[in-house]
Amino acid sequence: MSRSHSNDALLLHRRQLLGAAVGAAVGSASAAIAGVSLAAEDSAAVRRLGPGPSPLGERSPFAEQARVPAMGIVSFTPHENLEGTITPSDLHFERHHGGIPALDPQSHELLLHGMVERPLKFSLTDIKRFPSVTRSCFIECSGNYFPFAGEESPPHLICGLTSQSEWTGVALSTLLREAGVKPGASWIIAEGGDAPLLNRSIPLAKALDDVLLVYAQNGEAIRPAQGYPMRLLVPGWEGNTNVKWLRRLEITDAPVMSRQETSKYTEPMRDGTIRQFSFEVDARSIITAPSYPATIAKGWQEIRGIAWSGRGKIQGVEVSTDGGKTWQPARMQGPVLSKSHTRFTLPWFWDGEATELQSRAIDETGYVQPTLRDIMKERGPGSGPYHFNPITGWLVRRDGELRFSPTG
Amino acid sequence: MMKSALRQRDVGRLRQIARLLPALALITVALQPHAEDPTRFNLGTPASTEDIAAQDIDVSPDGHGLPGGGATVAQGKIIYDQACASCHGSEGQGASAAALAGGNRVPPDELAADRTIVHDVGNYWPYATTLFDYIRRAMPFDSAGSLSDDEVYASTAYVLYLNGLLDADSSLDATSLSAIAMPAARYYREDRRVSGGDL
Repeated sequence: MSRSHSNDALLLHRRQLLGAAVGAAVGSASAAIAGVSLAAEDSAAVRRLGPGPSPLGERSPFAEQARVPAMGIVSFTPHENLEGTITPSDLHFERHHGGIPALDPQSHELLLHGMVERPLKFSLTDIKRFPSVTRSCFIECSGNYFPFAGEESPPHLICGLTSQSEWTGVALSTLLREAGVKPGASWIIAEGGDAPLLNRSIPLAKALDDVLLVYAQNGEAIRPAQGYPMRLLVPGWEGNTNVKWLRRLEITDAPVMSRQETSKYTEPMRDGTIRQFSFEVDARSIITAPSYPATIAKGWQEIRGIAWSGRGKIQGVEVSTDGGKTWQPARMQGPVLSKSHTRFTLPWFWDGEATELQSRAIDETGYVQPTLRDIMKERGPGSGPYHFNPITGWLVRRDGELRFSPTG
Repeated sequence: MMKSALRQRDVGRLRQIARLLPALALITVALQPHAEDPTRFNLGTPASTEDIAAQDIDVSPDGHGLPGGGATVAQGKIIYDQACASCHGSEGQGASAAALAGGNRVPPDELAADRTIVHDVGNYWPYATTLFDYIRRAMPFDSAGSLSDDEVYASTAYVLYLNGLLDADSSLDATSLSAIAMPAARYYREDRRVSGGDL
């Protein structure tokens, strides 16, 4: 596409040039002038016209991006290649439980029923007529720690199942007022329109607090992989509750105890219990640069990363450049938004010696990102993979190569 | 009879937990309607009983939502071999899809200590009704919804049999399924962490 554009531009350029030469010159002088012009065209000094406008933008061929699919059920966001806080929509992580359904908004409806005065069906057009709300928010799969490449694990294997978008939709509380919630209701069961009709129970209090039914992602219709034409946005809660391709909301007085919220997305604990409804995403951070597989040179570097918490704002991030012996506060890039990826940076002079870089997040509730050892002590090695948020590090070798360090 | 009484107690406790949970949610500034917003916008169309029945296939722990019909474990083996074994293994030991049985019947602290022990129906699923609900809505993986209700009862019965929770000569219907007490149910606790140092 871009090649044919530049060929067109080049042809146009030649025609314009020749036409101007013929029109302006007379007799033998015209051939000489045209000859000079065409010869100069091969010179590197000539600035040729680039391609013109086009319907859709493209990435530079020198800066291509891609998600990293794995295990047939996920694709990771390549945080090592991203800056800022918003994840480009086509790089938003994926976790599907039965593939991506092709839902036509002409026929797709959302059914709202159960303990309500007025059971209702809404089309996408209906939903868009309600007052709209826009906010930035991360969505993180609660199983988001898969360093299966060992020390050669890049950031996307450590936490590539979190992504951030600006979402637009209607407050669920608005829809619930429309239907009229009956006294005694305390839960909402959300069900997707994908092949396995994925369903999760969410406390009504959360739904009334800040849950949105969203139809737009970063200013345009939600991508099919993220739930087109509509999904739940449950700010700060594990990704699985943010039900995609939403087709049904049932108001009840008890959770349905679906497979997703019993045999999955729960944690066996060392104290002999199984922890259920562990909805909130615990505070976490990662240094995205420098990171494996990058190589660094002696001198000044900027350490960069992201931090987030499902319980509110990130209060601060501390960075260690000596393997956890000492910590210093990173610079926080504002505005710091609640339940959102927050960018942190720290200038660092690398003297060429081997060391380890680490980061730890603290959120506004006082939660401090734990070490792997702390998590193991409390929960046990078999308690994963959900809600695993350890401090992680990057070993810096004397040759400038970096390696993943899980120890924290 | 005893099993059924236990189940009722479990459901009672469950409902207690359910009422508690919302109160534990963080106090934040909720999304409030603007003063000029009406209470209702009169959008959407009324959903009929038929509309709801066509979509609502939820089955609750107390058995609400279970259809009529039923099947035997023996019938379940036929369905299992045809529709389930290729992914879950001939004895539910797991293959391309998760193991359904065969994990040691160990408590959660042992599961937490040893990541190699599989979480299966016998040691991890708290409600037998969830098995019916999940098979009906999501299985077989490549053709969800293709099983009849009786076939769902049959495959549910067989998976319970593989886990030693039903005898080989037994059968399953709405009443017997909702009366089954699962070994893992007693271990489930709702997450009460709010903030701070709780891991």
